[in-house]
Amino acid sequence: MDDQTPMDDVILDVRDLSMHFPVRAGMFGKTHSAVRAVDNVSFQVRRGETFGIVGESGSGKTTLGRCIMRILGPTGGEIGYASEGAGMVDLAAVEDAQMRDLWREIRMIFQDPQSSLNPRLPVIELVGQVLRKAEGLKGAALADRVADLLKSVGLRPEILHRYPAAFSGGQRQRIGIARALATKPQLVIADEAVSALDVSIQAQTLNLLQDLQEEFGLTYVFIAHDLAVVEHICDRVAVMFLGEIVELADTETLFAAPRHPYTRALLSAVPVPDPRQRSDRRLRAAAPAEVTDTATACKFAARCPHARDLCRRQRPQKRTVGGAEVLCHFAGEI
Amino acid sequence: MTMTQTELANAAESNIDPTPIVLGPWALVWRKFRRHRLAMVSAVVVIFIYLVAIFAEFLAPFPTDQTSVRHTFAPPQPLALFVTDADGTRFRPHVKGLKMEIDREAMRRSFAVDAERIIPVGFFVKGYEYKLLGLIPANRHFFGPLDPRDPMYLWGADRLGRDMFSRIVMGTRVSMSIGLVGVAVSLVIGVAMGGLSGYYGGWVDTLIQRFIEFIRSVPTIPLWMGLAAAIPLDWPPLRTYFVVTVIVSMIGWTSLAREVRGKFLSLRGEDFITAARLDGLTDREVILKHMVPSFSSHIIASLTLAVPLMILAETSLSFLGIGLQPPLVSWGTLLKEAQNIRSIIEAPWLLIAPGSVIVVAVLALNFLGDGLRDAADPYSN
Amino acid sequence: MTQPTPIPTEPAPLLRIAGLKTHFFTDDGVVKAVDGVDLTVEPGKTLCVLGESGCGKSIMARSILRIVDRPGRIVGGSITYRAADGRSVDLAAMSPTSAAIRQIRGSDIAMIFQEPMTSLGPIQKIGKQIVETILLHRRMSKAEAKETAIEMLNRVGIPRPRERFEAYPFELSGGMRQRAMIAMALCCQPRLLIADEPTTALDVTTQAQILDLIADLKEEFGMAVMLITHDLGVVAEVAEDVAVMYLGKVVEKGDVYSIFEEPKHPYTRALLESVPRLGVRHAGRLPAIEGMVPHPLVRPTGCPFRTRCRAFMPGICDVHQPELQRQGRTDVACFLHNPVPAHG
Repeated sequence: MDDQTPMDDVILDVRDLSMHFPVRAGMFGKTHSAVRAVDNVSFQVRRGETFGIVGESGSGKTTLGRCIMRILGPTGGEIGYASEGAGMVDLAAVEDAQMRDLWREIRMIFQDPQSSLNPRLPVIELVGQVLRKAEGLKGAALADRVADLLKSVGLRPEILHRYPAAFSGGQRQRIGIARALATKPQLVIADEAVSALDVSIQAQTLNLLQDLQEEFGLTYVFIAHDLAVVEHICDRVAVMFLGEIVELADTETLFAAPRHPYTRALLSAVPVPDPRQRSDRRLRAAAPAEVTDTATACKFAARCPHARDLCRRQRPQKRTVGGAEVLCHFAGEI
Repeated sequence: MTMTQTELANAAESNIDPTPIVLGPWALVWRKFRRHRLAMVSAVVVIFIYLVAIFAEFLAPFPTDQTSVRHTFAPPQPLALFVTDADGTRFRPHVKGLKMEIDREAMRRSFAVDAERIIPVGFFVKGYEYKLLGLIPANRHFFGPLDPRDPMYLWGADRLGRDMFSRIVMGTRVSMSIGLVGVAVSLVIGVAMGGLSGYYGGWVDTLIQRFIEFIRSVPTIPLWMGLAAAIPLDWPPLRTYFVVTVIVSMIGWTSLAREVRGKFLSLRGEDFITAARLDGLTDREVILKHMVPSFSSHIIASLTLAVPLMILAETSLSFLGIGLQPPLVSWGTLLKEAQNIRSIIEAPWLLIAPGSVIVVAVLALNFLGDGLRDAADPYSN
Repeated sequence: MTQPTPIPTEPAPLLRIAGLKTHFFTDDGVVKAVDGVDLTVEPGKTLCVLGESGCGKSIMARSILRIVDRPGRIVGGSITYRAADGRSVDLAAMSPTSAAIRQIRGSDIAMIFQEPMTSLGPIQKIGKQIVETILLHRRMSKAEAKETAIEMLNRVGIPRPRERFEAYPFELSGGMRQRAMIAMALCCQPRLLIADEPTTALDVTTQAQILDLIADLKEEFGMAVMLITHDLGVVAEVAEDVAVMYLGKVVEKGDVYSIFEEPKHPYTRALLESVPRLGVRHAGRLPAIEGMVPHPLVRPTGCPFRTRCRAFMPGICDVHQPELQRQGRTDVACFLHNPVPAHG
């Protein structure tokens, strides 16, 4: 299906991206093995959409986001990005200086507004320092711009000179969002942007993100572990498991007819906020055996209720079944 | 109950909850520090000691090298404030005179209080000439005998009849400034080395860390002794002073460098540092704007804790006779003079006076440093 | 104030919290973390305390065991615990360091936390820690205690318990550590287990297993569970009774079906509407609760929720504090349902 997507519609084209962290041990830091945090991942993000990446801790979703931001330098593959000024560039290969310019177009919203805002700086600096750098704004001009940004995320401009400690988690995340939007970016990587927020704040923050997307024509890569949130906000979703994308599909397809056994396990584990729909506990899978990452087996085989001999012998290849890309030998059958 | 539109609007407006004013980072540090009683008291003591160091000549009634054969090992004369005689009691600060008696058999001199002789003491009296702050010529002293030739040994006299009080006051300047200068030297080396180590990592880090480990594994006293022995005896006192400072700061910079490196490493992984990098800040800007402010208060605290170490190091060196040499007066050289049994038995003030001053100064600096360290990170909880 | 009188035939509650106030005296001012909480825990039942961060639910739970850190302290109210021998004690009146409260901690009331490392010491083997807890509260020989500990590790679903008995906490994964902490909490068969966000740090698949485990153990040991969470899904999954807290107060309480099906308090309602649900695609926007949780230092006057309430009534909600009163199937503290006190 990706072949039919016109290239000028694609803002991010990730091909065979890998991020292997060497495991060093011993006195001289000899490399013994590598943690394959991201392993041969390919996907495309279309302009204006919200692309979800969902997975549990250790699935590599955060590492993937940090590779796209080039906070981490990936160990393999390409990250094609359709830059406003420079056309298609490979984020995995650009010089640091060019990346610094690209960071105006690609911005990031962090998970924990508590740790991503320097407690020693007032709001005007936190939101405005990127403008100071990128556009050389200062003084009253900077204050005006920051005040406008604060208004656009629903904060009162009087808070310019307050420190982060004066705000609640939701307000801090709005400050983080204002900071991300300061340079009028094209692409925003939101790494667990609402996970640290309270239920009542989560909804309004999701609404805010949607409003801003409409207003500024943003493209989101939305990284999260909460399936309900992902279903709500994303147009397409990739499910990650141990560094690989095991399933990628339109949100509706994925949630209505999950193909990969892992996606199913994930969906069935989510508690439903309705006491009449209590899941039958006995139907759930027992405690997982410890996951082994062997080069010759399907990574999910150890936990998979449908695993067969083939799954333990051979790595599955990506197949397209019913509009979904699935990494499973038996995607169509189960 | 009916309400007009404006009343409703006002009510809605008043229904917005306010954000509280939260203090800035330094105000938070100050508030946390203020609650540390002992540290507050110590801060006052430390400030007092440094004031003494700055205005030493003004406070010392006698020059440090003024000897008096007639008052060798003179005991402390207590300062009395009131005189009672036929006319009643009135305020008149004075010390009692001393009568020297010589025990011919034991070949010993002893001093007795001469109750008859009152040596009046006054404030802002004329005395020896000096330059205040090294600039302003003056001859007034905070207090002293009205007649500068009168003896007044508040803390006793040493073997040459020199006034211990004046010598300790003057020694304060040398000892305390060695602490400060030593710390300044280790600050520069420590921050530079620690910063290089923590920022670049890799082989630079390994090299510097191994070097620090090497330095720390060398026993300090022999190291100092070796270095101090290399100072030629005919060097002027000022140059010796400078070299001793450098030797003393050898101990300070390693721990500071490690602290700075640790802070760099832990901050490098913080989200707000990553966020600052993504804002397009250069490495230099990230370090100066985000990293240094985050650990500057820690550095101030550990520097304060390093000062007493420096003072003790100088004292040890001088006590061993390999640090500062007379005529330079420091707490260490004063202690050195109390190095024999005879002094301790016959003139214990030679030991007690400088000893207690050192203890007070070191304790005060340590408490102050503790308080600063506790207050250093107001965002820790 | 009219208190509903309990029907005499009903079994007495295991724990009754009345008017509990726990305040923190900080440099910036007094934070009224818990400000008049009324709750009961029935024996053998699961009570879920639902609330957002800063609503005081954790502090309330810690107040029960008297493990509130300084500068916090209980400034009012009572926590009546009915011991196995039928006698009642007021935990709020005990000294936090007294032998009596230490006896209750662990053996009568146990607590598990979001972060297992808060109760598992990092430098001792897991088995040894459990054995020590058992020996502290139960009369047993060392060998018996060891067997009990291994049995307990087995019971909480730790594979190869005999091997894991010798493991250090850091050698286990997050889920396994959580299980080990549960094993330690339950080794003395407490009558009440307080679980403070036990699954928040875990992945959904692990969360499901831990919730199942707690539910199974509850049935097996016949203990009561107070589960503190912010997750409506978790509440729906395990609760029998629910108390919804907001800014240090219980705003609504009732059985789980009433709370989910007939919520009365505007906060409970808004909360239920605003959470995204699997399989329910809202067209566009979520019905969100507007505004922010007020800063703990600047509590609104009157009803704590009024600054965000869609049904805010000026002159009433900002003047009077609503009290919990039974309305239909739930107790609710809201002037939409309760009579407004007369002036003066």
